[in-house]
Amino acid sequence: MKRVLAMASGGGHFVQLLRLRPAWAGQQVSYATVHAASAVDVAPAPLFTFRDVSRADWWRLPLTALDIAIILLRVRPQIVITTGALPGLVALALARPFGVRTLWVDSIANSEVLSGSGRLARKLATEVVTQWPALAEDGVAHWGSVL
Amino acid sequence: MAGAGRGWRGALGQRAVSVFVSVGSMMPFDRLVRAMDEWAAAHPEVPVLIQIGRGAYEPRHARFVRLMPVSDYRAAVDGARLFVAHAGMGSIISAIEAGKPLLMLARSQALGEHNTEHQRATAASIGARPGLHVAADADDLKARASALLADSGAPPAPISPHADKSFTDRIRAFIEAP
Repeated sequence: MKRVLAMASGGGHFVQLLRLRPAWAGQQVSYATVHAASAVDVAPAPLFTFRDVSRADWWRLPLTALDIAIILLRVRPQIVITTGALPGLVALALARPFGVRTLWVDSIANSEVLSGSGRLARKLATEVVTQWPALAEDGVAHWGSVL
Repeated sequence: MAGAGRGWRGALGQRAVSVFVSVGSMMPFDRLVRAMDEWAAAHPEVPVLIQIGRGAYEPRHARFVRLMPVSDYRAAVDGARLFVAHAGMGSIISAIEAGKPLLMLARSQALGEHNTEHQRATAASIGARPGLHVAADADDLKARASALLADSGAPPAPISPHADKSFTDRIRAFIEAP
């Protein structure tokens, strides 16, 4: 059994994460997202929250990074899995120096090009996967999609 | 945060919601809110509830809330006859999982409604599924809302709450790798 942190921003990112749940059934999983009310979706697994950030309000990045650093210290995950968005990239960056295995699942919304965060994740994550076969390339695999 | 004293529970207490509108939780989308508020003004007999997020425009004809907890959001989607939303994956997956017809308007980067134009691509790539409908602009949205409420056609086909096993098995193998 491994300690897994499954994390995503709110809205569609978190909805996609939930559709991947069988992947970590039986592991010691913790979740992280931006709305505390999402706890009803993952109970009895613990849900941590962090302050959101996006390209539009990038100056909030230090707040998000602080929250995610604390979550990583509390969970001490061996695996981090994220469906984005920018906060997921923050988690990959913070976890990387500690030898954590990380997986970036690019949102199914990105059907024509990999997301900006996904492109950066190629440098940070152990694996980057796209949900669209046509977007697979060197360093970006296609394993399937949430729909 | 939900418009003081105008919570959606109060709205539901008076009459059922027929049309539920959501712009998602992350960014405002006043073009959609305004269009559906205008539609509500023209159809006073139809109860309309709009989750407006951080939008500046507050509906004058439809009921509205800022942001509802996810469980209430799902109940609103379940209870509505028609779901109208931005072309975001949260809305799309919620509609499909609930088997509810969804009418979408994509956010435009040019109009400052999102960081990129990806919602147009999402609408084009996923909007072709049965039960999902894509409006070209605000006027088209209002026309389609009327048409779909009269005849919603086939709802989205029911799907499992989880991704295909082949996908989750690949992720499981990643987790379990030494």
